[in-house]
Amino acid sequence: MSQPLRHDEGAEASTSEALLVEPSRLSRGRRVLGVVLRSRELSIFLVLVAVVVAATARNSGFLFSADGWRNFLLNPSILLLLAVGQATVIITRNVDLSVGSVMALTAYLTGRLFIDVPGIPVVVVFAAGLAAGALLGLVNGVLVSLARVPSLVITLGTLYAYRGIMLTWAGSERINAGDLPAGFLALANRSVLTVPVLTLVALAVLAVVGYYLYTARGGRELYAIGSDPDAALLYGLGVRRRVMAAFVLSGALAGLAGVVYTARYGTVSSSVGSGFELQAVAAVVIGGVAIFGGSGTVWGAAIGAFLLVTINRALPSLGIADFWQRAVWGALILGAIVLDRVLAARQARRLVRARDVA
Amino acid sequence: MKFHTQRSAALVAVTLSAALTLAACGGGDDGGGGGGEATGAGGGQSGGDLTLTMLPKNLGNPYFDVSTAGAEEAAGELGASIEQVGPEQASPDAQVQYINTAAQQGVGGLIVSANDPTAICDAIDEARDAGTKVVTFDSDTSPDCRDLFVNQATAEGIASKQLELISEQIGGEGEIAILSASANATNQNAWIAMMEDELKNNPDYANIQLVDTVYGDDEDQKSFDETEALLQNHPNLKGIVSPTTVGIAAAARYLQNSQYKGKVALTGLGTPNQMRPYVEDGTVTSFALWNPGDLGYLATYATAALVNGEITGKEGDTFEAGKLGEYTVGPDGVVVLGDPFVFDKDNIGDFDF
Repeated sequence: MSQPLRHDEGAEASTSEALLVEPSRLSRGRRVLGVVLRSRELSIFLVLVAVVVAATARNSGFLFSADGWRNFLLNPSILLLLAVGQATVIITRNVDLSVGSVMALTAYLTGRLFIDVPGIPVVVVFAAGLAAGALLGLVNGVLVSLARVPSLVITLGTLYAYRGIMLTWAGSERINAGDLPAGFLALANRSVLTVPVLTLVALAVLAVVGYYLYTARGGRELYAIGSDPDAALLYGLGVRRRVMAAFVLSGALAGLAGVVYTARYGTVSSSVGSGFELQAVAAVVIGGVAIFGGSGTVWGAAIGAFLLVTINRALPSLGIADFWQRAVWGALILGAIVLDRVLAARQARRLVRARDVA
Repeated sequence: MKFHTQRSAALVAVTLSAALTLAACGGGDDGGGGGGEATGAGGGQSGGDLTLTMLPKNLGNPYFDVSTAGAEEAAGELGASIEQVGPEQASPDAQVQYINTAAQQGVGGLIVSANDPTAICDAIDEARDAGTKVVTFDSDTSPDCRDLFVNQATAEGIASKQLELISEQIGGEGEIAILSASANATNQNAWIAMMEDELKNNPDYANIQLVDTVYGDDEDQKSFDETEALLQNHPNLKGIVSPTTVGIAAAARYLQNSQYKGKVALTGLGTPNQMRPYVEDGTVTSFALWNPGDLGYLATYATAALVNGEITGKEGDTFEAGKLGEYTVGPDGVVVLGDPFVFDKDNIGDFDF
C-alpha cells in the first residue's frame, strides 16, 4: 500500500483504470484482488453458488447425500472436457462444432475395443480414445488452416461426416454395460477423498490447459491470433500451426470425453452426443470467452460447464418443469453475450479516456 | 442407380415368372446382393412340401436371430423348410427385392417384419397374386396388404404386466414413478394411460401412488439424468417403471452405482442383453418383454396354417401352434402372441438378443 499512486481520485476508479492501463502501478496484492473481483469467472461462479444454495435449501440431498455430492462433481466432467477444448478453439476465433460426433465415435470405439480385444488394459483404451479424437481433430485443423474456409462451415461438415461414419459403423448395434469389463464401469463410481476419479481426470486436464494458456508463449499466441488473425500473421506468428494445434487439442479432449461417457453411462448407441457441440459452445460463452476470440479463460469455460449441468439438476428440485430448462440456458447465453458487449464497450470507453488524459 | 436397375430387372423378372421360372431365378439372384442364402429354395414347391421364407428387418440383428431360431424350431416340427434372407440395413424399400425373389421361387409362405408399412406393399401384392401367403410379425404393414399379422403383445397386456411386476417388487404399496420415452411417444402414452386407469380402478393397487411421470426421450443420458432427478425429488420413491428399453437400461445403470440400489425397485420393458449385468447383480429383479423366439415360432405356425388352408385369415379362425397352444385370429387379421414374457435371474441366461 506504500506504492506511490499518481492519480489520487477515488481509489475504486483508479484501481480499475490502473488495471486496464498500467497494472504494474498497483501492488501485487491489489492487482490480484482487482483482477479476481472484476473477472467474469467470479460473477458466473457466484451464479453457480446461488443455484447450489437454492437447490440445497430446498432439498438438502442435492449436495449433502452420497449421490448428490457425487453427481454434483461427476455429471459436469464430460461437458467440462469438451468445454476446455472448445474454449481453446474459440479463443483463436474459430469454433469446433464436430465435438459431439467425435465423442460419439470414440465412445463407440471404446466399447468395440473392449468387445473385440478381450482383456485390453483400460489405460490403452483411454490412450486410444485420445489418439482417435486427436486424429479427427487434426482433420478439422488441416481443413480449416489449409483450405482457409471458416471453421464454422468446415466443422459443420465434419459434424455430419463423423456422425455418418458413426451411423455406418454402429448401425443399430448398441454397446451395453454387459459388454464392458466391470473394472472399467467401476471407474464411474470410484473416488479419491470423495472426489470421483473421472472428475479428477477432467480437473487435471483443465489445470494443465489453463496453466499453458495463461503462461506459455504458445498459449499467449492463441490469444493474439484470436484478437487479430491478420496482425498475428504479419507479426510472424505460426497462425496455421497454432490453430491446427487448437483443433487437435479439442478433438483429443472430445475423444477423452467419449471414453469417460462410456465409463459413466455404460451404454452407447449411435445417437450419443448429438447436440453436445452446442452445449460445449454454450458453456464456453457463458463462461466469459468472447465468441470472436482473443479473450476469456478455460477456467471460465469450466465454471460455465458446471453451471449448465448443475442448473439442469437443480431445476426439478426447485419445482421448475424441465421444459423450462432450455429456456433458462438460453437466457443465460443471452445474458452472457449482452454482458460481454457491455463490458467490451465500457473497456473501450475507458481506454479512450485514459489515452486522452495521457 | 445400380440398385434401381437391379430392381427393375427383378420386377421384369416377376412378370415373366410364370413362363420362365428358371430364367427369373437367375435374374433374381443377380439382383439379390446379400440374398445368396436363398439358393436351393427354388425347386421346393413340387412335392407339396412346405417352403417358407423368413424376411426380418435386417440381418445381423440379435433380436431377429432369436425370432428366426424360433421359426426354424417350428419349421422342424412341421416338416417344412425355411430360409432366412434379408437386407443389411433396415431401410424402407430394401426388402422389396427379397420379396420379389421369394415370389419367383414360388415359396408357400413369406414371413416378414416390415421396415415400412406401405413401401413393400406393391411387392407383397405381387407375391400374393403369385400364390404366396404373406404373414407379418413384429412390425406390421397396412392390414389390407398382408394375410395375417402376428402381434407380440397387446397394449393392455403390456400395461398390466408392468404394474403386476412393480407391485410385486415393492410389496404392493408405496410411491412409484414412470420413466417414459418422449412425451409424444404413441405406444408409451397409451400404456401409461392404461396403467393410470388400472391403478385407479384395481383394488389390488389401492396403496400404490403414481407420483411422477418423466421423459428420457429414449436417449441414454437424458433417461439417466431423469432417473437421478426422480430419486432426488421423491425421497420416498419405492419403484420406477420404464416402459422403454433405453429408459430401463439407463435407469438401471444409475441405480447400480447409487445409494438407492436395492432400495428402489425398477421394472419395465427391456432386452436381456441390455439388462443382464443389472439382473445378475441384483439391481433389477425382473422385467418384461415378449419372447422373440416364440414370436417367430407362432408366425411360422400361422403361415403354415394359411398355406395348408386350415385358416383363411378371417376373424375367428383358430389354429394350433405347437407348444404354444391354440390361437384365434382377431379383428383385422391380427394374432396376438400373449402376455409379455418375464425375464429374471433364472432365465436371462437363456437369451441372447
